[in-house]
Amino acid sequence: MVYGEGPAEVHALRDVSLGVEEGELIAVMGPSGSGKSTLLTIAGTLEEPTNGEVLVAGTAVAGMSRDDRARLRRRSIGYVFQDFNLLAGLTAAENVSLPLELDGVPVRSAREQGLHALEELGLRDREGNFPDELSGGERQRVAIARAVVGQRKLLLADEPSGALDSANGEAVMRLIRAACQRGVAGVVVTHDAQLASWADRVLFLRDGRVVDQTSPAAGPESLLAPNP
Amino acid sequence: MSVRHALLALLSEGPKYGLQLRQEFVARTGEVWPLNVGQVYTTLQRLERDGLVESDGEEDGPQKGFRITAEGEAELAEWLRTPPDLSSPPRDELVIKILIALRLPGVDVHEVLQSHRRYLVQLMQEWTRLKEYSAQRDLGFGLAVDAELFRLEAVVRWLDAAEGRIKRASEEPVDDQAVPLPKTPRKAVVRR
Repeated sequence: MVYGEGPAEVHALRDVSLGVEEGELIAVMGPSGSGKSTLLTIAGTLEEPTNGEVLVAGTAVAGMSRDDRARLRRRSIGYVFQDFNLLAGLTAAENVSLPLELDGVPVRSAREQGLHALEELGLRDREGNFPDELSGGERQRVAIARAVVGQRKLLLADEPSGALDSANGEAVMRLIRAACQRGVAGVVVTHDAQLASWADRVLFLRDGRVVDQTSPAAGPESLLAPNP
Repeated sequence: MSVRHALLALLSEGPKYGLQLRQEFVARTGEVWPLNVGQVYTTLQRLERDGLVESDGEEDGPQKGFRITAEGEAELAEWLRTPPDLSSPPRDELVIKILIALRLPGVDVHEVLQSHRRYLVQLMQEWTRLKEYSAQRDLGFGLAVDAELFRLEAVVRWLDAAEGRIKRASEEPVDDQAVPLPKTPRKAVVRR
């Protein structure tokens, strides 16, 4: 990914190849300016790479019309941001069902799917509350519900628990992981090793390149020494 | 880990046999710290010698019972409130490795930093997986795993900070001899 031209050009990402399978959760770790967020906006089709391609569920995004791409974003991709990005004038349930309604799903069906997503995140009793009536942890759960509602295939999260305490941060990662186990492919970018450690694989980004990654663990049992 | 005080704590609940003490110790620490039966008996012998526990006088073996004395109770209360000695920096092997890598010609310190970072994050993934699959386990286990995760995370953060500091230093070299070192904090901060 190159920004600017000639001497002013900035290579935000170079030679990055990232594949995420259904059911898999990947974390991308790197310092500020390493290209983490750029990677996420490209994966989410919010930006087009200067070179290279993005495939979602086997389809190349570059060949799509503007409308198709927007539809793909609404239907298949969910985003979770550090600051939740909920609409203040809508209730929790309305926030969650909004992407479906925008996509033309009939209101009643969108509402049902939204309530189902809230239920899975343990927020059924908060459906009628507005964002400012919810705690930080609850707001982020609503944002996750919105990101997984319907038939989403890809969940992208940028520092999803950055503003939360460690108990709520852990709860958020458990929910993202649970969503992946139901078949969503997940990518979390973070500089926080505790968050990253919830992923199946952790990629390390430096100056726009993936310099390293963890190999799948030998299994947690190896940590517990056998009893003598 | 003070096995001595852990055994006193278990005995403060009531008299117990040696074998029972070992089982309870392992269970309460979430099986994170295994303990062999020999360690239990040698520790109990020392506690008895010091007057902190009493035995029922039976011969050594699994049927020998122990109970805590008043002195043992006092020792336990004192220990719980005594902060561990964190005042003097430990001789940290990782810090030493990075300092050496920095000076060694032909060694890429960033590569060394990254290999340690990868190892630590992998270890954290394993602990996190353990936490994920053991929601049913007891509180002690959760606390022990959290402690390990926070400890490892602190090391990863140090690696990140070290990388930033090394990068900045290489961009604007300064004469590191010019600045006098401040005095290291004295060990006397913590009363032992």
